[in-house]
Amino acid sequence: MIHFVVHDEHDSVGVVVVEGVKSGQQLTGWIMDQDKEIKVRAQSDIPIGHKLAIQKLKAEDTVIKYGTDIGRTVAPIKVGEHAHVHNIKTKRW
Amino acid sequence: MNLSKAKFWGYKRENGRIGVRNHVIILPVDDLANAAAEAVANNIKGALALPHPYGRLQFGADLDLHFRTLIGTGSNPNVAAVVVIGIEEEWTKRVVDGIAKTGKPVCGFGIEQHGDHDTIMRASKAAKQYVQWASELRREERPLKELWVSTKCGESDTTSGCGSNPTVGNAFDKLYPHQVTLAFGETTEITGGEHLVAARCRTPAVRKQFMAMFDRYQEVINRHKTSDLMDSQPTKGNILGGLTTIEEKALGNIQKIGRKCLVDGVIDKGEVPGGPGLWFMDSSSAAAEMVTLCAASGFVVHLFPTGQGNVIGNPILPVIKLSANPRTVRTMSEHIDVDVSGLLRREMTPDEAGDALLDCMFRTANGRLTAAEALGHREFVLTRLYESA
Repeated sequence: MIHFVVHDEHDSVGVVVVEGVKSGQQLTGWIMDQDKEIKVRAQSDIPIGHKLAIQKLKAEDTVIKYGTDIGRTVAPIKVGEHAHVHNIKTKRW
Repeated sequence: MNLSKAKFWGYKRENGRIGVRNHVIILPVDDLANAAAEAVANNIKGALALPHPYGRLQFGADLDLHFRTLIGTGSNPNVAAVVVIGIEEEWTKRVVDGIAKTGKPVCGFGIEQHGDHDTIMRASKAAKQYVQWASELRREERPLKELWVSTKCGESDTTSGCGSNPTVGNAFDKLYPHQVTLAFGETTEITGGEHLVAARCRTPAVRKQFMAMFDRYQEVINRHKTSDLMDSQPTKGNILGGLTTIEEKALGNIQKIGRKCLVDGVIDKGEVPGGPGLWFMDSSSAAAEMVTLCAASGFVVHLFPTGQGNVIGNPILPVIKLSANPRTVRTMSEHIDVDVSGLLRREMTPDEAGDALLDCMFRTANGRLTAAEALGHREFVLTRLYESA
């Protein structure tokens, strides 16, 4: 069963595609572009559609999704932790 | 899906364009004419009024856009005939003359010095004739290349970028080699992916035009913004759905243009593309504004991916909704025409999802009502550029 998807293997985040992911749950991810699977343990409850980090990120790191820059971290993010507006901001506007 | 001999059933209009709907519309030039237009549509069954809040004391480029949108809407091949009603004769005639260039039946009525009652009576008589005439028009089989298909996504979330937008991209990649006329837009919602769209422009001249449109819109944002736009772009619905930044939203958005199509040209709001291929339209990312402009540009079918569940429709342009979000497909099923949530469970391939969307597109073109049509969604929203005089 797929719990989250990742666009590209170099991305720093994946997207949860099932409802009800709980902290501590072992998750299976599908990397779409390379058609590979990865395992990550959730470090937060994560709603469907929301992101989790699949690489460890420091504050002020660039976040990569679709193999492209989608913004900067404003706090460190652990692998498996919920990654969203509380720890990522735009570099534009 | 092999599209080399694909055909659809449409209405051939006087100017050669092919429509997939057969509407008789009652088109107000201005807010003051809405009541009369709605009264006529109430009198004459099968006539459709398109009320809107604008059309008085506009000037310059904003007025040009107003006329272009109204004339484009009336000229759209999904429209068989048009009754135009305005407060003043002169601007009413301007809209009538614009639509008349297509050769389709159109007439206009000014309310001043007549009043609503007399105007409604005369306009109803014209509308009745048009409706009865249009009811005898028949569909004929036409080649795929005569179908004009636009796209715009709404209430996006991360599943849009993973599932429903790439499904549109897959369909666009399949339609593009068959000389179909295609369009996308949403200028601010390219922010963060503009370099990727620029790289897909067919020629340096198109790239330059695209970047000029992009940069102009960024300047509008920078001039008026009071924050990083986190209340508007991404929207609250986008953020609830898991989208974090405009860059992330944009990269999901541009999945709709697939991986192979090139951007053949750019058009201003409501302009008519000059040939087949993929066109970028400089436009707002607000759903009803953008879809209204697509209809004004002459597109006859619209592909609309949604994540969190946008419910938009258009009075004359069938809007086909698809979603890859299993929760949205479950909780808002009445709005979804194509369920591609299987993509995210690996139960469906992108190719299968694209084919499912194309199948729905052909059925819709051939006459099947979309969810939005069946539910009566007729959002007709004119884009304004600045204050009235």
